[in-house]
Amino acid sequence: MAQMLQRTPLHDRHVALGARMVPFAGWEMPVQYEGVIQEHRAVRGDAGAFDVSHMGEIEVEGPRALELLQGLLSNDLDRLEAGEAQYTLLTNEPGGIIDDLIAYRLDRCRFLLVVNASNRDADFRWIKEREISGSDVRDVSDEYGLIAVQGPNAIAKLGLQPAKQFTFAEERIDGVEAMVNRTGYTGEDGCEILCMAEDAVELWDAVLARGVTPCGLGARDTLRLEASLPLHGNDIGPTTDAIEAGLGWTCALDAKEFTGADVLREIKAAGPARKLVSFVMDEKAVPRQGMPIVKGGVVTSGTHSPMLDIGIGMGYVAARRAVPDAPLTIDVRGKLRKAHVVKRPIYKREN
Amino acid sequence: MAAAESYPDDLKYHREHDWARVDGDEAVLGVTWFAGDALGELVHFEPPEAGATVTKDAAYGEVESVKAVSDVIAPLSGEVLEVNQKVVDAPETVNEDPYGEGWLIRIRLSKPAEVDALLDVAAYTQFLADS
Repeated sequence: MAQMLQRTPLHDRHVALGARMVPFAGWEMPVQYEGVIQEHRAVRGDAGAFDVSHMGEIEVEGPRALELLQGLLSNDLDRLEAGEAQYTLLTNEPGGIIDDLIAYRLDRCRFLLVVNASNRDADFRWIKEREISGSDVRDVSDEYGLIAVQGPNAIAKLGLQPAKQFTFAEERIDGVEAMVNRTGYTGEDGCEILCMAEDAVELWDAVLARGVTPCGLGARDTLRLEASLPLHGNDIGPTTDAIEAGLGWTCALDAKEFTGADVLREIKAAGPARKLVSFVMDEKAVPRQGMPIVKGGVVTSGTHSPMLDIGIGMGYVAARRAVPDAPLTIDVRGKLRKAHVVKRPIYKREN
Repeated sequence: MAAAESYPDDLKYHREHDWARVDGDEAVLGVTWFAGDALGELVHFEPPEAGATVTKDAAYGEVESVKAVSDVIAPLSGEVLEVNQKVVDAPETVNEDPYGEGWLIRIRLSKPAEVDALLDVAAYTQFLADS
């Protein structure tokens, strides 16, 4: 049976721009317009816009919304004022990562969680099943469009004032009311703009009219990988834990209890057996997800870095090998290619 | 800049989107515009070694874009005389000039009669239209 793909409010715009549309997490999404490498460079050097309306939004509201979420999410929401956001994990009992997400504190008793498209249903079910009286959990994904505008010129091109990372505010962009979040997934300055679904086309047109380059999921992946940002489903998942993934900083293990916290404390105390590392190839070759790392390990994400012009990737290796400059050998379809571990991020633009 | 779509009429084509420019008992091989467009800008060419044997319908190398890797299928059998180092160093040359500077390897044909089984430009473009 053919699977029906969902479409974002911007679908017709993508097609009109000549985008190559591909299935992604149940959605029909643009993988590229002109070309992945051009779009990647537009974001590193100027500004690019991404339709990320496929991502899920879950609203949690009520006098006990904070209590509910504090028990389910790894980071400490008590540290957020209204207008602030944080990167956090939804964890399971063995300490695995059901999803990584950004939690926005809309006001004292109201939170918005922006989650990965592929995990929207699982996240919602998980949280809804644990709902307590005094908390109301709703999947509001279909109500919103989400456009990421990223790059050193992104904020200026949108006519916005600079603001602290992980803050957000209601703004008007060329007449469109939106929630502008100073967040992103590229390692660049920029924002993610949440608007009502029916306003998404007007907002998209306004953003492009300001000289921002439309970018597809292809560039989104190469950008996040250069920035060493993990992708759920590739680098992290329900059977990987925050400590081995290098995401211990998102776990408020000293401040509170949450699902799997005890297991994570044990792993942290003992030290993880393996760690997620970023690496750069020493020889010409493009590492890909699933390729073995010789002497134990596996590539979880890999691509060709448009900025470094060499293969880059992430993968799990024994903890003792997870140090900068440690040599690795990647099995590239039977050919052994040398690489070395690098500090995160793999690439950072010099200011 | 990627080249505009074209399929020169002096070449022979293979259904796996490879071309051959036959000259006596030698041939220069490459991939068609269609292959380069489908993959996107190439970032890696994994070539065979000079002196290696390539076999019609079998892979002799790999080309990769940011998103994907694809085998390069030999349209003809023979021995590798030369690998295009320019494409090894700058794989995007294939997108820019697929039938000129972006050739991949030059071979000495071991079975020249195989040429007769390849498609001419009319047959290849018809194949593209039908697929």
